[in-house]
Amino acid sequence: MSPASPSRDRILARVRAAVDGAPEAPGPARTYRDTHTPEDGRVDLLAENLADYRALVHRSDEAGLPALVARLLAEHGSGSVAVPPGLPEPWLAGTDVTRVPDAPGTTAAELDAVDSVVTGCAVAIAETGTIVLDAGPDQGRRRITLVPDHHICVVRAPEQVVGGVPQAMPRLDPTRPLTWISGPSATSDIELDRVEGVHGPRTLEVILVEG
Amino acid sequence: MSGTFVGMPSFPTAARGALADETLRGNLRYATHTIRDKRAKAVAELDDWALLREAGKQIKDHTLRNLDRYLLQLEEAVTAAGGVVHWAADADEANRIVADLVKATGESEVVKVKSMATQEIGLNEALAAEGISAYETDLAELIVQLGDDRPSHILVPAIHRNRGEIRTIFASEMGKWGRAAPDGLSDAPGELAEAARLHLREKFLRAKVGISGANFMVAETGTLAVFESEGNGRMCLTLPETLISVVGIEKVVPTWRDLEVFLQTLPRSSTAERMNPYTTMWTGTTDGDGPSAFHLVLLDNGRTATLADETGRQALRCIRCSACLNVCPVYERAGGHAYGSVYPGPIGAILSPQLRGTGSEIDASLPYASSLCGACYEVCPVAIDIPEVLVHLRDRVAHQGGRGHFLERAAIKAAGWVFEHPGVLAAGERAATATRKLHPSRVPGAGAWTNSRDLPPMPPESFRDWWRRNRSQGAAPAGGRKDDGS
Repeated sequence: MSPASPSRDRILARVRAAVDGAPEAPGPARTYRDTHTPEDGRVDLLAENLADYRALVHRSDEAGLPALVARLLAEHGSGSVAVPPGLPEPWLAGTDVTRVPDAPGTTAAELDAVDSVVTGCAVAIAETGTIVLDAGPDQGRRRITLVPDHHICVVRAPEQVVGGVPQAMPRLDPTRPLTWISGPSATSDIELDRVEGVHGPRTLEVILVEG
Repeated sequence: MSGTFVGMPSFPTAARGALADETLRGNLRYATHTIRDKRAKAVAELDDWALLREAGKQIKDHTLRNLDRYLLQLEEAVTAAGGVVHWAADADEANRIVADLVKATGESEVVKVKSMATQEIGLNEALAAEGISAYETDLAELIVQLGDDRPSHILVPAIHRNRGEIRTIFASEMGKWGRAAPDGLSDAPGELAEAARLHLREKFLRAKVGISGANFMVAETGTLAVFESEGNGRMCLTLPETLISVVGIEKVVPTWRDLEVFLQTLPRSSTAERMNPYTTMWTGTTDGDGPSAFHLVLLDNGRTATLADETGRQALRCIRCSACLNVCPVYERAGGHAYGSVYPGPIGAILSPQLRGTGSEIDASLPYASSLCGACYEVCPVAIDIPEVLVHLRDRVAHQGGRGHFLERAAIKAAGWVFEHPGVLAAGERAATATRKLHPSRVPGAGAWTNSRDLPPMPPESFRDWWRRNRSQGAAPAGGRKDDGS
């Protein structure tokens, strides 16, 4: 319940008085496109746009995935990896780095000592080079993809890949915590030039798993 | 609005210093031109941009027309999802609410995501007065805070600083607030970003209270969204135990689906990216993931007064992308500080005088801080007709009086009398052309307006005299233009 407040009634009364007699304004005519990309071009466009914003993109099939994940962790020099509770077993089957399970009690400081994190995603958007996490079982709590400096995200292509943003909306449940990720952490704050790598993971690797 | 700007001189006075500062002008020119070209490219990728722009405008207009209904729906949804909604009529009330919420947690420091609303109400100063330290975590905000400076751009508050100046500020100030900058810090943007990462990480990891604004609030679901780049937003929104978001009432949109429009138009207009690196969306609280307490402070602070103005209310459609700043010839030269508000540039020139009223010198001068070239309207992703509102506000300022407006009215009245008396007009024209050699290049004495303008050269003969001489008998002489004085 909201705390009782005279300002609530005052603001609402002011709003009503302000628009009193104004003509009704219709809702949006959604004449814009829901995608700009033909269906068979989506996975390639996703790869291209992710790479354009400095994500490292890899392609694999289901069978090659464990070895690829193991190689990426090794190349990054990772000794530990945060693991969402529902991450498919085989994804980490090729590596013996220390697993740090995503648990309610894990503190941010503890995660700061973890090198990498491996997750799935809820949906990926080709036209914007975006992966969206919804804290599902293969993604875990938001902080595990935030504090470690290296994020490996597995996208099932083409099932999880949509063309444009409007196609992603019905696939997402807004009551879940959502994180939209388009490339690694970056800033434009110095002379309006984009520089990668501030507070979020400075290395984002996306594996497109096909077939 | 913020006490930071109390007693600001008028726009022309404040702009004079900026115009004389060549470093500042160079920094601004470089940054605004860089982003301008990139934005045009990002927009051109979407062939339905005009339709998205129209949809954004319609969503906002529809929401504003039914704002009471959507605010109540939002309140219900946020409350149902575990949040607590507070209502603040003005800056003082919002600051009071936030300070009390922070005190109730027993904490004396908070981490902040960049937020225009909290700058607008001067929250950091209000918290400091209560013994609470507020740490800005956006890189540009950090530069402003460490440099004891004021923001000069909506998106990049430190746009007036170049990399060399930023290096100097980091090297000398970071140590006073926490972890010092590494020795031998260079002015490479990557190194500066790394220094900020190290400086702020210890603050993120121990923070118990986060404070944010929001870009959008969804009435039907109670979802809030913060668009950002660096990850400092994610840190502040997910690591602390308590999250307090201060959001202007005009930030609500009716449906989840409405976000699909702004998710396309905001990043491309703002940072000229297809999508900004991180957007966080949350609905109340989630067990075991993120803050366990969430407070939403809905802020009026002049917005309902703006809503009451039929022409001016379109300013409330603004999604704070700052594209209008980046294309504005006046902003590019004068910089953001001259606008005397956290909202600089064209949008600031119509927003500040409406949120604060036109009583002060700075607010009465802002509607004139424009050449009315219209570039701001062209780039606006929600089609705010800024020139229309500027002219409307000039009219309001003119009607409230003041010395300049008294002179203007007297001059118009005199001109009206002359035009009604053709004999007087003809005599005046002949006197003017006869004395043309004696005219100064500028009219003295009427202040800033005439000081910056040349007097147009006077032709040797008035048009009416020329017409009478050449065309009076109904005959158009050949070569009649020969002595037209041009």
